Amino acid sequence: MTKTLALTGNEAGAYAIKQIDPDVVPAYPITPQTELMQTFSQYVADGAVRTEMILVESEHSAMSAAVGAAAGGCRVMSATSANGLALMWEVVYIAASFRLPIVLAVVNRALSGPINIHCDHSDSMGCRDSGWIQLYGENPQEVYDNMIQALRIGEHRDVLLPVMTAHDGFITSHTVERVDVLEDDRVKKFLGEYKPRHPLLDTAHPVSYGPLDLQDYYFEHKKQQAEAMKNAKRVILEVGREYGELSGRPYGFFDEYQTEDAEFIVIALGSTAGTAKAAVDLMREGGEKVGVIKLRVFRPFPAPELVEALSGAKAVAVLDRSEGFSSIAGPVFQEVRSALYRKSDIPVSAYVYGLGGRDITPEMITGVFGDLKSGRFHEEQGCHLGVRE
Amino acid sequence: MTDIIEIRWHGRGGQGAKTVAEFLALVALNEGKYSQGFPEYGPERSGAPIKGYTRISTGPIKMHSAVYNPDIVLVLDPSLLETVDVCEGQKKGGTVIINSSRPGTELQEQFPFLEGKKVWTLNADQISTDEIGRAMPNMPLLGALVRATEVVQLDSVTGDIEKEFSRKFSPRVLKGNIKAVERAHRETETSQG
Repeated sequence: MTKTLALTGNEAGAYAIKQIDPDVVPAYPITPQTELMQTFSQYVADGAVRTEMILVESEHSAMSAAVGAAAGGCRVMSATSANGLALMWEVVYIAASFRLPIVLAVVNRALSGPINIHCDHSDSMGCRDSGWIQLYGENPQEVYDNMIQALRIGEHRDVLLPVMTAHDGFITSHTVERVDVLEDDRVKKFLGEYKPRHPLLDTAHPVSYGPLDLQDYYFEHKKQQAEAMKNAKRVILEVGREYGELSGRPYGFFDEYQTEDAEFIVIALGSTAGTAKAAVDLMREGGEKVGVIKLRVFRPFPAPELVEALSGAKAVAVLDRSEGFSSIAGPVFQEVRSALYRKSDIPVSAYVYGLGGRDITPEMITGVFGDLKSGRFHEEQGCHLGVRE
Repeated sequence: MTDIIEIRWHGRGGQGAKTVAEFLALVALNEGKYSQGFPEYGPERSGAPIKGYTRISTGPIKMHSAVYNPDIVLVLDPSLLETVDVCEGQKKGGTVIINSSRPGTELQEQFPFLEGKKVWTLNADQISTDEIGRAMPNMPLLGALVRATEVVQLDSVTGDIEKEFSRKFSPRVLKGNIKAVERAHRETETSQG
């Protein structure tokens, strides 16, 4: 029997980590992540987990400790936000290149400056080329579900990559919602016993991590990372299907909502996808053929699958919660339009919205659909939705 | 589409608006409903005007924006009426529940935005001072909410207070809160007669 709890996104994340019971969790507090690790540290203090929690002096150290522990052969998880992730930066790349399946919850928050504690995706989008898998959750339920699946995806022998599970700071992290949780033993069984591939502590089979890797092999190692990211696509689907059998909540690359006969489709990540679904519900009552694609997996990017999902649409709008400063539009738009290149000639309209936590409402998304319907496309330059000019 | 009841709490930092907005979400959930509870986060200062939000529905709630068109407004501090249009965006004929020692009709005469609303009042400061020992209007307002709207049941509220706060509160404060909710439920008055 599953249990229903009232949890914030952060509490749901902490609950998942409790059930996972990882070997090592290094952490450093930062708003709006703090509550997640604070909740988890209570589980540690209560003896509910066997985890070795390491309270470090900075996020750079948190990720360094994560790399050390994971290379040693431990299952490792952590969490951060915004400038905390920025401070981890160089080690984030190292974790990926060492092929260490660390799972990091990123509670999305705008990067400084100006200083802001609220949600946008500038932090995790900055890591899009770091070699980490990225999953985005819409609500506390998905925070929980993604955390559990992330380990299975990252630890798969054909993948061996670190995974970020992102959720929207304050919007998801601090909203109490209904969350159905699995029993501890079913989570344990789903994850299985962790068998690290090349642990440093296995002295019978000595290995080196992090030696100098110049013109001779660096390129080959990067190619292997790229191949692992391709393999992750298959594994993400396998794990999502299996998790569906376990929980009744199957997962894929993205979630299609009312898209079957939709003429106009909005693509969004995270909590905004939920708000967009509410807008679609309203418009469907008026007979409008509109739908939403919630992109769950941003790395690897599911290009051909997305092209297929958009094949029946007349136009699509992409909502980016970060400014790529490309002078064109945000990172999700760039990916979607690239995916469609020479596969489809539907207009792709770019919107940047919600920076620094600016609220997005169903009415604003109804307005985006209105733009698509009346042919007002933003193809050369993203429209900044909800900004004061 | 399932109907969603949207609730907005107006209080001052330290009055427990965040706690009650989230606690109501929990009570609704324990009744088998779907719910959301969240505060509006800003610089957290004691005494500053703050808002909390609760959504309750029989089906899953998809939207994640703030509440702009509440069905129900609850005011934890009557002095807010002087500076904040607590009914901004509220649906017509909506319910407003105010912590005040004055009758609703009198408040309606003074504050034009209360016109045409179902106004309920209770002296939550007095009730909580009597029962808990200090003015903490959040839980009494929950009793008033049940009386005015029945969005959740009284037994659910008192039962969940017992369950959720028994570790946090002393037995005296716990009982006091339950008594305060029950008293508020009885003593809340409507301007509609």
